[in-house]
Amino acid sequence: MTAFIAGPNGTADFSDTPLWLSVVKALFIFVYLLVSTLLVIWFERRVIGRMQQRPGPNRNGPFGLLQTLADGMKSMLKEDLKPANADSVVFTLAPLITATMCFVSFSIMPLAGDVTLFGHRTPLQLTDLPVAVLMVLAVAGVGIYGIVLAGWSSGSTYPLMGSLRATAQMVSYEIAMGLSLVSVFLYSGSMATSQIVQAQESLWHFIPACFAFFVYVVTMVGETNRLPFDLAEGEGEIVGGYFTEYSGMRFAMFFLGEYINMFTVAALATTMFLGGWQAPFGLPDNGWWGLLWFTAKLWFFMFVFVWLRGSLPRVRYDQFMRFGWKFLIPTTLLWVVAVAFYVAAKNNWFGGPILQIAGRDYSLAVLIVIGVCASLVIVASWILGDRAERRAAERLPQIPVEVDPFAGGYPVPPLPGQRLVEPGAADDAYAATKEVSRG
Amino acid sequence: MTALDLAFLAASVIAVAGGVLAITTRQVVHAALWLVVSLLGVAGAVLILGAELVALVLLLVYVGAVVVLVLFALMLTRAPIGPDTAHAPGLPRALAAGAVGAAVVTMLLSVLIPLAGGWGATVDRQSADSPRVAREIFTTWVWPFELLSLLLLAALIAALAVSRIQRDAP
Repeated sequence: MTAFIAGPNGTADFSDTPLWLSVVKALFIFVYLLVSTLLVIWFERRVIGRMQQRPGPNRNGPFGLLQTLADGMKSMLKEDLKPANADSVVFTLAPLITATMCFVSFSIMPLAGDVTLFGHRTPLQLTDLPVAVLMVLAVAGVGIYGIVLAGWSSGSTYPLMGSLRATAQMVSYEIAMGLSLVSVFLYSGSMATSQIVQAQESLWHFIPACFAFFVYVVTMVGETNRLPFDLAEGEGEIVGGYFTEYSGMRFAMFFLGEYINMFTVAALATTMFLGGWQAPFGLPDNGWWGLLWFTAKLWFFMFVFVWLRGSLPRVRYDQFMRFGWKFLIPTTLLWVVAVAFYVAAKNNWFGGPILQIAGRDYSLAVLIVIGVCASLVIVASWILGDRAERRAAERLPQIPVEVDPFAGGYPVPPLPGQRLVEPGAADDAYAATKEVSRG
Repeated sequence: MTALDLAFLAASVIAVAGGVLAITTRQVVHAALWLVVSLLGVAGAVLILGAELVALVLLLVYVGAVVVLVLFALMLTRAPIGPDTAHAPGLPRALAAGAVGAAVVTMLLSVLIPLAGGWGATVDRQSADSPRVAREIFTTWVWPFELLSLLLLAALIAALAVSRIQRDAP
């Protein structure tokens, strides 16, 4: 048990890190994120292009790699428009909040283990807090202001509706996101990111916390306003959502914020569930190797973002909210309770005998907790699945079994599950329509 | 005066100035934003005192949720851009509110200054790091804490019930 909660305050050792080295690391993270953003915009357009069987941007630079740079330059040269009845201070403040807050969360992400940098031995992580993950959630909470204020200060209806949607969406999905992270805290006994990565040395958390991983992936798409949850932008419904009135560099700042937020939530997913910078299959992950694995996992999530965008349509707003409040939050709460019991049983806080099964030790309490949880899940899925099936059956339109294909005067193919009436009768009906049309 | 003292002073000034601007501004949304500035100042002060858990929870709950909900409610009803003079209180009411505010501040100061070691009082100072806060919450204060969450749950369900009644009535 002592090994289980070895360092609740984090294991990163900053004793050999002078202040100037922290500044260098901050600069490194800034550049890393900016370059990643430039690349991911190109990556997204190319991959979406492949999915839609077209080449995507391929003119600027090799493979079109410089396309984002060209777009950025174009944004800088565009006219900076501001609506006449906008609140000018807040209108300027909103993109600044979005574009600055998105960088802050990355300061607690462990990009790699201990590396040697300019002759100093230091973890590749800007800082480590005992409550580091809470900081990410708090910064995300402050980041919402960028979107809310952008919509309000534009002084226009569609942006206001977009920001209303964004607010409701982000506040409600942040609850499910925080709850899904609680089971990781319980497993690793800490909220410090370095300690969470250490705790995944033998087993990455996405296996024992599989349901929390699923919930986190759903909420991270909802939290970053990406398809299929990009209701705040909803081009087909509310023009462009909260940034309808923005142009030029101000718009580019929202764009930058959105992509860096994607990297932030993906980095959190990597750190919390996929073992952070640790390598799979015992490959080397000491020193700078960690950065490679961290980046690879980050880009795996980027691909998932693009993949989702390429394959799913936008959900309806009420469906989205119902899914969040009526499914994600209650089930995640139950999951947290189940994990709490499991961890308590594993630490032998309930007492009870230790059983030997196939040469390994199992506490009886663990087996009882797992058995109770599994049987509850089976019973619940049985009852709820039955009810869902009945409801679906009620909702189906009542299709008559036999149809006359020429009833309306035109030949109509049968719907699935329908049968045509006898050929003779159909012929009669056809003849009748012919006579009618002849007059 | 150390660097930490200076930082604490700066955070406190930001908090107080934000609070004053929040109640004097004539624009409703700006008032909410000044409240955010004030809360950020308080969170900064708490952070400097070494209680990072309390500071982050303050950010998470008040800045990230409560004021966002205030803004949400403002936008759902009306959020005019520009000053709102229709709801300006008259001079007598402003003076009365100022007097009440000053009285509360005096009372708080008379309690808090001796507690913080001012006026020659001796205080038994204890650290407030996260493990200690956690231990206190889940041992000494566990029943009040759980009762509080029950109260919040009751409020949530009551709000739902009230909204349901209003929908059924007409």
